[in-house]
Parts: sequence; C-alpha cells; structure tokens
Amino acid sequence: MNDLIYGDTLPGGKHWSMIMRRHTRLRLTDVEGGANVGMLFYNPANLSERYNMPDTLKGQHTFRLRQGHCLYSDMGRVLCSIVEDTTGWHDTVCGNANKALVASKWGETSYQTHSNDWQQNGFDSFLVEAAKYGMGRRDLAANVNWFSKVAIDGSGAMTFDPAGSHAGAIVELRFEMDTLVLLHTCPHPLNPATAYPRKPVRYGILEGDKPSDSDACVRFAAENQRAFENNRLFHCGCC
Amino acid sequence: MQTSLGTKESTRAPEAAAYRQLIGAGSYWMHEVKKGETLRLVDVEGNQAADTLFFNADNPTERYSAIDTLREQGNVYISAGTVIRSDLCRPMLTVVADTVGRHDTLGGACATESNTVRYALEKKTMHACRDSYLLAVTENEHYGLSKRDIGHNINFFMNVPVTPDGGLTFADGVSAPGKYVELRAEMNVIVLISNCPQLNNPCNDYNPTPIEVLIWSEEA
Repeated sequence: MNDLIYGDTLPGGKHWSMIMRRHTRLRLTDVEGGANVGMLFYNPANLSERYNMPDTLKGQHTFRLRQGHCLYSDMGRVLCSIVEDTTGWHDTVCGNANKALVASKWGETSYQTHSNDWQQNGFDSFLVEAAKYGMGRRDLAANVNWFSKVAIDGSGAMTFDPAGSHAGAIVELRFEMDTLVLLHTCPHPLNPATAYPRKPVRYGILEGDKPSDSDACVRFAAENQRAFENNRLFHCGCC
Repeated sequence: MQTSLGTKESTRAPEAAAYRQLIGAGSYWMHEVKKGETLRLVDVEGNQAADTLFFNADNPTERYSAIDTLREQGNVYISAGTVIRSDLCRPMLTVVADTVGRHDTLGGACATESNTVRYALEKKTMHACRDSYLLAVTENEHYGLSKRDIGHNINFFMNVPVTPDGGLTFADGVSAPGKYVELRAEMNVIVLISNCPQLNNPCNDYNPTPIEVLIWSEEA
C-alpha cells in the first residue's frame, strides 16, 4: 500500500501544477530546511470551486494548519486532509511575494542576465500555472504556505519564524476528491533572509486508500464529518 | 490575551453626508464610492456583521485582498489606520475612524454550503451572505463580475480573536449599538456589502439587524 507512483525534486524558486486523483497522496519534504511551498487547490470539474481559507480556519477553529486538519473548498467539501506533518504549523494567511516585494527584498533579476537563477515570485508563479487551465488572476485565492510558520501575539501582530521547519520535515496530503494543485517553491513573503532563499522541495505522489470512519482527519471535528458527508454526496451525484 | 482596542472618533457630521441608506439584514448593497469620498458603516443595533467586498470601479478584476492587506500591515485585525489593499497590493481605502477597535477578515462569509459544515446538513437552504453576493454580481452584470470574483471579505463589526497558540475563536462582539467604522476611498471603488442574515451563530444573538451606510463627498 501507499506505493510511490512518482517522485521528483523541485528546485527553490520554481512552479508546477498537477491534478491529484481522489485518495492519492502528495508527500512533500523540506530537503534542506527553510523551504516554502505555496499551494492552491481547485475542483478540475468546476474550476470556480477552490480552496477557501476562511471556511477552513473557522470550521476547525484554527489559525495554523497542521496534521489532522482538512482543507475545505468554498462548496463545503474536503479537498484534501493533512495526514502527516512534522512541523505543526503552516501559514495560510500571508499570501505570496510579488515581483516588487522580491525586488525590494532581494534585488532585481531578469532571465536575460540570471538565466535559471532569476528570482521568481509566488504571485507570478500562480498566474502562470493558473493560465495553463484557462484561469487568471480572478481565480486566485488565499493560498497555503507549507513549511512556513507565521507566529502571532496577543495584539494580532504576525512574525515569520525561521525555525518553523527543518531539514527532512514532511507534510503529506490525502486528496478526498480529484483536485487541481498549483504550487510554487518561491520564498515566503515574510522570510527575513538577506539572500533570496532558494530551497528545494522533494515531492512524491503515492497510491492511497479512502479514509476509514476512525481516520484522525475525519474525526478531528464534527465539521469535518459533515464536510466528508458532502464529499460522499458529491461522488454519488446527489449534489 | 486580548489587549485594549484602539479606537478613533470621526469629526464628520451625519447631517452633512451626501448619502444615507439603511440596509436590512439579508440584503445586499452595491454602490460606487469615488476616490476621496468617505464611507461610514454604522452597526445600528449592535453585534451585526457587515460582510464587505471592494472592487476597483475602473477595473473590477482588481479586488480586495485579505492576504495582501494583512501581510503588509503585519497584523491580522482591521482597525483605524489599516490600508485596505487589492490583489495587486495597491491601496484601495484607508480606515480613518473606528469606534469598534477591531474587525475580522479571516472568518469569511457564510454560504449555504459552509453552513452545512458549520451547523447541520439540513440547514443548506437557509439564507447566507454568499447568496446575496451571487445575486448582486448577477443582477449588476455591467460590472462583468461572477463567482470567480468573490474573494475573502471583511467582516466589519465581527470579533474573531486569534490566540498565540494558533487558535481561532468567535468571541462575543466588541461592537455595540451606534458604533461605526469609516473609510476614505483611495481609488474609485465598488462596495459590495452583504448584511449578514445568519440565524445560527450566537455572535449576533441569533438576531440579524440593519446597518446604515453614509457617504461624504470629497472635502474641499
């Protein structure tokens, strides 16, 4: 079980996309420590259904994402479950660096002068990947930043925690419906590093099973059980 | 862990407003506010939620962005001084007065589908903010907006504290009858408010109530 179907390593500062089939798993590894993986999720059968940060946070009463949580779509369904996580805190509030932010933090680069070492940004990366599926800027939403911890204090102030991830850190997602995944390995917008962080991420696509009734993500909250019921209705054509 | 909330009174007189309108719970209000004009939202009876979206009136594909707004100010709450930013990270409006002290933009809007998850599968036909948004963009088709354009909104008057251990709580409202928030438009904006019809949430005492909007012309 859970056999590896495919594995690859994305260098830092790159982007890619794929359609994950229901019940397959996506396993991400922070190879060196300090990686960031920006990620967005869509229903390939109806691209207007997408990952919804507010519904995900309020349904599970959380500001951070960690093992046991599910990522909800705006249609009340579970796109994927976080079945393994060795960091305990992933950001989904701070969005992406854009071209101007990358230039102001780490200097201007161009492909002409820097070739593959140009300093790409997460926002433009999502635009490119979204366009492959006929989508544009209007289709973007708040994304997840895997491996990035943004701590918060009692006044609501946010601080990037450089110790939020480590070499070998893992997060594994189990997809609960067919899902289009857009991803980039560009730096988190609040990363205070003095040089452009170019951190590779290994990813594996694995065979998987549907969750049991005692699955930790299903059982995490009554909200999750109701969302899984919405998935069941969706897959039997009842809604 | 809640700290004292900073508030700031306005000097504008309601009698001098160029526009005043009551919005009933469960209704939407879609209106253009010009650059330099000031918009006030009043929580008339207290503990109401005004689910609000903004679009650039000159290019409605540019819209309010919660993630850009929060990241650029480094804080998760909307309050006096907050610069409301677009998905292109440009300033759309500035919060110039606020007698509440804290507004939410992490909790999003209610939808019939999210109601099934939060409350019960049987609640799927109860009225929700997203239905108001969907009707608004469809009835006002000259803007060219659709479901794609409905991003993550601001919940004016709602209190959703984030705790240092990463929790999210829906606390009793910090708003009260007559409290208001005031915003100066930094570009021509389309304002889309769904005055929340939610009947399942104690944050409004299960009693959705009207809000009032006022607009003052650009000061000479």
